[in-house]
Amino acid sequence: MARRRRLASVGLHAALGTASLIAVFPVFWVLVTSFKPDARAVGTSPRLLDESTVDNYVRVLSGEKGDFLAWFGNSVQIAALTTVLSVFLSATTGYAVSRFRFPGKRSLMLSFLVVQMFPFAVLIVPLYDILLALGLQGTSLGLVLVYCTTAVPFCTYLLKGYFDTIPTDLDEAGRVDGLSPFGVFWRLILPLARPGLAVTAFYAFLTAWGEVAFASAFLSAADGSKTLAVGLQVFVQQNRTEWGHLAAASILVAVPAVVVFYLVQRHLVAGLSAGAVKG
Amino acid sequence: MAEVSYVKASRVYSGNPPVRAVDELSLDVPDGEFLVLVGPSGSGKSTALRMLAGLEDVDEGAIHIGGKDVTNVPPKGRDIAMVFQSYALYPHMTVAENMGFALKLRGVNKAEVRKKVEEAAGMLDLNKYLDRKPKALSGGQRQRVAMGRAIVREPSVFLMDEPLSNLDAKLRVETRANIAALQQRLGTTMIYVTHDQIEAMTMGHRVAVLKDGLLQQCDTPRALYDRPANAFVAGFMGSPAMNLKTVPLTSEGVKLDGLVVPLDRRALDRAAREGLREVTFGVRPESLALVPAHEYGMDMTVELVEELGADALVHGAVRIGNASERFVVRVDGRTPPALGNRVKVAVRGAGEIHLFHPESGLRLTD
Repeated sequence: MARRRRLASVGLHAALGTASLIAVFPVFWVLVTSFKPDARAVGTSPRLLDESTVDNYVRVLSGEKGDFLAWFGNSVQIAALTTVLSVFLSATTGYAVSRFRFPGKRSLMLSFLVVQMFPFAVLIVPLYDILLALGLQGTSLGLVLVYCTTAVPFCTYLLKGYFDTIPTDLDEAGRVDGLSPFGVFWRLILPLARPGLAVTAFYAFLTAWGEVAFASAFLSAADGSKTLAVGLQVFVQQNRTEWGHLAAASILVAVPAVVVFYLVQRHLVAGLSAGAVKG
Repeated sequence: MAEVSYVKASRVYSGNPPVRAVDELSLDVPDGEFLVLVGPSGSGKSTALRMLAGLEDVDEGAIHIGGKDVTNVPPKGRDIAMVFQSYALYPHMTVAENMGFALKLRGVNKAEVRKKVEEAAGMLDLNKYLDRKPKALSGGQRQRVAMGRAIVREPSVFLMDEPLSNLDAKLRVETRANIAALQQRLGTTMIYVTHDQIEAMTMGHRVAVLKDGLLQQCDTPRALYDRPANAFVAGFMGSPAMNLKTVPLTSEGVKLDGLVVPLDRRALDRAAREGLREVTFGVRPESLALVPAHEYGMDMTVELVEELGADALVHGAVRIGNASERFVVRVDGRTPPALGNRVKVAVRGAGEIHLFHPESGLRLTD
């Protein structure tokens, strides 16, 4: 690689530093706020040090303001179920669309694209009706299905694109070697699509984890059945916002997302199918 | 081990008009034979092979392996092994796992699989690489792994789809000989697809030439070379290609420039019966020779000399009627004529002339 000129190097680092600061600062500020007493959370002269207590965390976790642990459990359950279901559905669909020719294939993919264009708000009423008819209104399973309606089309697109990059010669070699069509999918294609599956899983998880509108509309109003994103609203009241508690809860909410991302990113390696075919 | 037969097998792609990629192919391959399918791109040779593998539907006719009709049997039920042009190695498995995969699927116990894999690896000189992933191998090694994966299976038929086309020239010649020797040793029926007529000539017991989905001729390399059934086969087999020219017919023979090449009586009779005024005249470059200026021959102006070492190819122009036609002559490599020289060219012997029907391309000489 050619050496950069000193000035270019300085400029580049400055730009990158600024961008990183812009990205990281809000999170950092939330973290700082989460350790401050409520009264000092929004001061005119904010200070970084000497105000650290874990009171906010203790209060949030003790359930003083609402059953935080129950919300947490609900969110984990719903997000996990959404992730598993949409990865499974979109992987099988994506593979079928990538490999097989069947009538209606084009319109199927087109419809997947079209459904992404509707804003959530428009969908709430019809989805509510459908869930009511299915007897799933107010249940976690109902909400999982609703999340799948957004996650599956997008993930299918994503995975179809990924499967397309895996040479079909591999499918054929597998079939000649004695695999059934499902065996080819399970033992050859899925292991090679790990990066695609990882991204898909993460996307599906996030779809369910941070979502507020559907969760508040479709889950029952009982405190114990809320998800985290809905529950956080108790800290924001009409006249008063409990910044310290909100910040502490937010940090706690972010932790699982970070964990999932950490688990997933190990699979984000390029070139898994390198060496399959002479390229 | 088994014999293979195509019984009027066709692959038709729907469309308007429908494309007959393989058109009523009938071919019997006896047990243990090395058959090469050769043809230009789009001739249907790969499709024919894939039909045998079960990767392509057979729309009409049937395919038999070992006397059993397998037309509607999925690939895994056909007891075949295939080597792909791209090798199609499983990238997430090691070389040993790649080679043993089919046996593992069949439920063969681990020790047995390991033994067979090591045996095949020994044959192919792959022992050192058994624990590597395909991406850590060179092109030639990958090709051998693909071969090994087929050998380990001990199938009744080997199918090879242009397995050498991704190798460099030197390695290709080497591997070509290895594959032929391997087939000899294993005695397994092999169907081998290539577009390279040299591979076809050197490897096959018999060679089937395809064009536009139609079988042109299937015979031993020698017979294909000496008695091509039509002008296409004549032009396709042999390098450099046979000189094929459409020339006027006289009562004695064909007329080239000043030279009248006398023809076999029976060929002339046959041409006369068909009422032909012209014929397609074919003569291989090595059947032409340079002769001294005072002898009977056609005048040629040398336009290009390709020196190959042992011999040289002289390309030149000859006037036939009002047109200038190019001929290639194979001459001794040590004394080639120079560029721009005028030389005399004659046909070595009447037996080395091929005559074809100018329209149908069918052979007229015996």
